[in-house]
Amino acid sequence: MRLEVKKTYKLFIGGKFPRSESGRVYIVNNHKGVFLANVAKASRKDVRDSVVVARSAQSSWAGATPYNRGQILYRIAEMLEGRREQFVAEIRELTGKSEKQANQEVDSAIDSWVWHAGWTDKIDAVAGNMNPVAGPFFNISTNQPTGVVAAFAPQDTSLVGLVNTIAPAIVSGNSVIAISSETLPICAVTLAEVLETSDLPGGVVNILTGNASELGSWLASHLDVNAIDLEGTSNAAELEMLAAENLKRVIRKGSYSRNGAQGSLQHILDLMETKTVWHPKGH
Amino acid sequence: MFDYSPAPESKDLVKFQASYGHFIGGKFTKPANTFSTINPATEQVLAEISHGTAKDVDSAVKAARTAYEKTWSKLDGATRGKYLYRIARIIQERSRELAVAETLNNGKPIRETRDADIPLVASWFFYYAGWADKLDYAGLGSNPRAHGVVSQIVPWNFPLMMLAWKIAPALAAGNTVVLKPAETTPLTALLFAEICQQAELPDGVVNIVTGFGDTGAMMVGHPDVNKIAFTGSTDVGRKIAKQIAGTDKKATLELGGKAANIVFEDAALDQAVEGIVNGIFFNQGHVCCAGSRLLVQESVQDVVIKKLKARMENIRLGDPMDKNTDIGAINSKEQLTKIDRLVKQGVKEGGEAWAPSCVIPKNGFWYAPTIITGVSPANTVVREEIFGPVLSVMTFRTPAEAVAKANNSQYGLSAGVWSEKGSRILKMADQLNAGVVWANTFNQFDPASPFGGFKESGYGREGGRHGLLSYLKGSN
Repeated sequence: MRLEVKKTYKLFIGGKFPRSESGRVYIVNNHKGVFLANVAKASRKDVRDSVVVARSAQSSWAGATPYNRGQILYRIAEMLEGRREQFVAEIRELTGKSEKQANQEVDSAIDSWVWHAGWTDKIDAVAGNMNPVAGPFFNISTNQPTGVVAAFAPQDTSLVGLVNTIAPAIVSGNSVIAISSETLPICAVTLAEVLETSDLPGGVVNILTGNASELGSWLASHLDVNAIDLEGTSNAAELEMLAAENLKRVIRKGSYSRNGAQGSLQHILDLMETKTVWHPKGH
Repeated sequence: MFDYSPAPESKDLVKFQASYGHFIGGKFTKPANTFSTINPATEQVLAEISHGTAKDVDSAVKAARTAYEKTWSKLDGATRGKYLYRIARIIQERSRELAVAETLNNGKPIRETRDADIPLVASWFFYYAGWADKLDYAGLGSNPRAHGVVSQIVPWNFPLMMLAWKIAPALAAGNTVVLKPAETTPLTALLFAEICQQAELPDGVVNIVTGFGDTGAMMVGHPDVNKIAFTGSTDVGRKIAKQIAGTDKKATLELGGKAANIVFEDAALDQAVEGIVNGIFFNQGHVCCAGSRLLVQESVQDVVIKKLKARMENIRLGDPMDKNTDIGAINSKEQLTKIDRLVKQGVKEGGEAWAPSCVIPKNGFWYAPTIITGVSPANTVVREEIFGPVLSVMTFRTPAEAVAKANNSQYGLSAGVWSEKGSRILKMADQLNAGVVWANTFNQFDPASPFGGFKESGYGREGGRHGLLSYLKGSN
């Protein structure tokens, strides 16, 4: 009998797969409570490294054409579809879901990428407008990504919740540091492999596995993070208070469903800034 | 150079009562715990104002809740709109009185209150009146809902205009409000309470509670308030964000700014100089979106500074009630002390301060228009919001350097770009992290145009369709 080669589950930072700088791991069991893997347990230093690479990746990602961003998001859906069986197996192993349920979750995750991919070049058509001001001015309001987003994926799903946490942030040109579900992190690492092979520039998405409460305070208090999505946190009020220090945009727990094949335009807009430009009309 | 003869507006156009209570449930309460409100140009007392207590705040919130449940949420949008149209018309009718009142209590020139503040107040109500029966088109799908009771706290720099920015969209969307004007400028808000009575607005839809920061904190903390709208300093905005953490309360925060006003060598320089002056000296520089950091391309630095100084020599500082006055009084002694401290710090750090020769009146609070050269992005006067008529000047060589310097700020409220090259303006506008970008103009405001900032300048927008969204939520 051949001995199976097992995977080392690592972090995803700046397009690379490092171990936690702290050297820490934690044990993840399958749904029956049997040891499945030692998964990297991210530290404060990993958070800080992620913010640095997310910041440096953000402006060129935002500067890519919406068409280009849309194609890359669609490419993620393609790559995910190609690895469907692996995700189904991982979801079943982790959660004990039936094959049908696991397939439904993967369907939703793939379709959500497609749904978001289509938004890149339509956001301003729907949520931007000319403003008919009372004077000889050209005046237009458009939307611009907020910048670097820290986002806590829901704890109760391993794949679709993470996808519906990352996609609304990056669709508009933000970069993101996503914290996976603590007990269901396996699909997060596999999703990172999908992202890594989807032409997504390194640093746009960074995925950390570990303890959300521990990482939460470092991210919420980080002054170079512009927005925070508290969905998967257990100490949301405390983190919201830390986030107030530099007036981060905050998405509170339960604001948006994370299980569907479609997201929410409002969720996308919560991570964007309205910019209004005036110019005189004349000769 | 000709001298200007005095051309004062008549103070008799407004009559203040000796003392004011709060406006709660359609009636004024008996004045209590009073403090004096003054004319900052003369330091004369104008009226005694009540300092709101927890009990006052609670009864105002109760009045607003009752009005919301029993009256305002049951009215159709068209009727709500008609009340707002009525208010807009009464403001137009009483515009000169309101302009005089604002100038007396705030210290800003009558030319500005008459030509900018009060016309914008009327237009804000007129604009949002028209939204009240069109909420389905706001962008949240059909039947969007109001939040309920809103606590609104406004600053002293544009007292009645900030009230209009807050109350008009809130009421159009179907909310009821408790509003607190700033402690130094409560009078036009109290005149507005009378206007609500004249318009026969249902009792409790608008409540005005006067007082200091402690009163405002109680309005934020009250458990029966659904939304907070605040305009003021970033420090207080931070406190509010912390205070509502973990609650369901929503917030719109319009906070500080340190706008870059960027002048390229290919700009129409005379127009740019007018824009620089308007950008920083309008309203004594008490403007959160003031163009307080001038970034001028190195090749035209000398000529721009020369023209700017020549222009500043012609700025008239003095009696705000005089129709020829450009720069009025600083709103309070406290603010004057802050401006003075920051400019001294700027000079200590190596900056060179220059002001034109102008006569400073004996009474009241005044600060001559000032520019500070020889400073860098690390200097205090470049980083901190001064909120006074003080301009810090820096240079740049390339557009990339201008963007880097402009965006090097904790704030992101506004920015200015001056160039005759369209493609350059559009690229700059894309790259500047600011909620409002004025290209070849500055300090333009309109009820149809969203206003608000990036980063520590706060969140949410006021004005336009976006401003309406701040007071609505989706129906599902």
